[in-house]
Amino acid sequence: MITFDKAYFNLGYLDTLSYRDTFVHRLDPRAKLIATILFIITVVSFPKYEIAGLLPFFLYPVLVFSLGDIPVAFILKKVLFVSSFAAFVGIFNPLLDRQILYSAFGLSVSGGWVSFFSIMLKFFLTITSALLLIATTSFPGICSAMQKLGMPGIFVSQLLFLYRYLFVLTEEVMRVVRARDMRSFGRKGHGIMPFTSLVGTLFLRTVERAEKIYQAMLSRGFRGRLHAIRPFDFRAADTIFLAVTVILLCLFRILNIAGAAGRFSSGLF
Amino acid sequence: MHMADALLSPAVGATFWAGTLGTMAYCAKKLKESMDEKMVPLMGVLGAFIFAAQMINFTIPGTGSSGHLGGGIILAVILGPYAAFIVMASVLTVQAFFFADGGLLALGCNIWNLGVYPCFIAYPLIYKSVVKADSGPKRIVVGSMISGVVALQLGAFSVVIETLLSGRSELPFGTFVLLMQPVHLAIGLVEGFVTAGVINFVRSARPEIIDSTASARPLSAEVSLRKVFIGLLIIAAMTGGMLSWFASKNPDGLEWSIEKVFGKPELPEAEHGLAPALKSIQEKTAFLPDYTFRRSGVEGDKGSPSWPAPDTGTSVSGIVGSAMVLAAVLLIGVLIRVFRRKIGRTA
Repeated sequence: MITFDKAYFNLGYLDTLSYRDTFVHRLDPRAKLIATILFIITVVSFPKYEIAGLLPFFLYPVLVFSLGDIPVAFILKKVLFVSSFAAFVGIFNPLLDRQILYSAFGLSVSGGWVSFFSIMLKFFLTITSALLLIATTSFPGICSAMQKLGMPGIFVSQLLFLYRYLFVLTEEVMRVVRARDMRSFGRKGHGIMPFTSLVGTLFLRTVERAEKIYQAMLSRGFRGRLHAIRPFDFRAADTIFLAVTVILLCLFRILNIAGAAGRFSSGLF
Repeated sequence: MHMADALLSPAVGATFWAGTLGTMAYCAKKLKESMDEKMVPLMGVLGAFIFAAQMINFTIPGTGSSGHLGGGIILAVILGPYAAFIVMASVLTVQAFFFADGGLLALGCNIWNLGVYPCFIAYPLIYKSVVKADSGPKRIVVGSMISGVVALQLGAFSVVIETLLSGRSELPFGTFVLLMQPVHLAIGLVEGFVTAGVINFVRSARPEIIDSTASARPLSAEVSLRKVFIGLLIIAAMTGGMLSWFASKNPDGLEWSIEKVFGKPELPEAEHGLAPALKSIQEKTAFLPDYTFRRSGVEGDKGSPSWPAPDTGTSVSGIVGSAMVLAAVLLIGVLIRVFRRKIGRTA
């Protein structure tokens, strides 16, 4: 597990990345959101013994990494550190499915390992694409895209509010946790009872903060709705980006690119 | 226990997204009718609070491990079920984006597992019937512990169901359930205990916060219950319909998991040796254009769906081809980086 301070730093850094100005960052949030969702669905739609078919899909993260100027090591580290339920469940496949599926060069590979590897590839692709979406599109951008695409307004304003106060509250929690950890000599506090009063105190502070925020909002003319300032428009570049993504996803899903490349090479030698 | 994209099939993911979106729309409608606009900032800041509080780990006494707060039931007690569901959904959404917990397709499942059960099952059916407005702290402990356990057991069971229906994991139903439920029994007890602690703390410090929500928002039990059950029925029907459609199109989903639950069907003998391998290479090089298309439609007729026979030829060319694809992809990335740097230098 990463420590609290590091988790907080990562949160802020991802947010900072999303304010860069590159071709990918300038695309309409709706286009990127739809493209990411289609990408994830296509990747996940492969059957469980698929490995070769998944490899061409690495093109998408690679393109976004390089065109969007996103630091590769930072995102990859995040993907590796993510507590992976997929790996926990997937690791049982090699134990349970010992049927030999492939054999080459005197090595035989059981179906379980193939399906485990397939799960891990899918895990990597889906998680990376989600992180890249946030790193190239600001969170408020994604929220307004969701609203334009029909998400309930109350949920979207809830997301924006949560995001607005996330950093304030996390910083406050970070101070409290630091103080607690210093008083408990490396252990994580003194058990559940102090934890509950700690959370209770934070809760009370939060409610008081909410009351003050509400007063401030009222004095600025709040009448129950939040408004977005920046309207964005779907330009030609966005349409082309989305169309190219869809075409490539379809091609990669239908055609066996890795198989064709392999046969092409075995034809050469 | 966040469900992960990699374990889901598109049909299962989409079904749970549909359920989550339906619940969300229902809650939004309910809130629009009855919500006090003071709730808007309270919900937002409480979401941030739950998010931050989930990042605090604490040592569970007696064990070496550490736990953290889930928050669904606390939210339901303070905000009422509809607002609590929206807040929980927003917390999970931000986690899915920033911490990559699970992924975006699995987000539908995660909101369902961690939002619907605490807000619409555990809170109205259990917590509300154990804890009344004038109940003492002990009853709050009992009520929150039972609701915490029930909510997490249901959530964990959903994860099992979602994984099995998707058919990406080999874990048989029984083993998976035995793996998930006891762990989440412990987590549920801790969650309930912490929930009770926080509620009692808040009640002793500022009783009006909890009392006002308890009296101002009486969840009329019959109406919402019926709606919850109707919702669940619709989801069940949708799941059945969509999955059977999916299963008939692709033998890989439902049938597979059912086979796993009720024992494996006979598998055809695996072919070994050089002769079939060479033969297959010949076949493939001869019918190259034909073979570049995946034979997904044909595979079903061979009697062993989703179980391609081992075949050295395809393995070797598959490995070579895969390596080529990966190399090409990486090369494109490196070229773009170099190209951009050059442009940056000249500009």
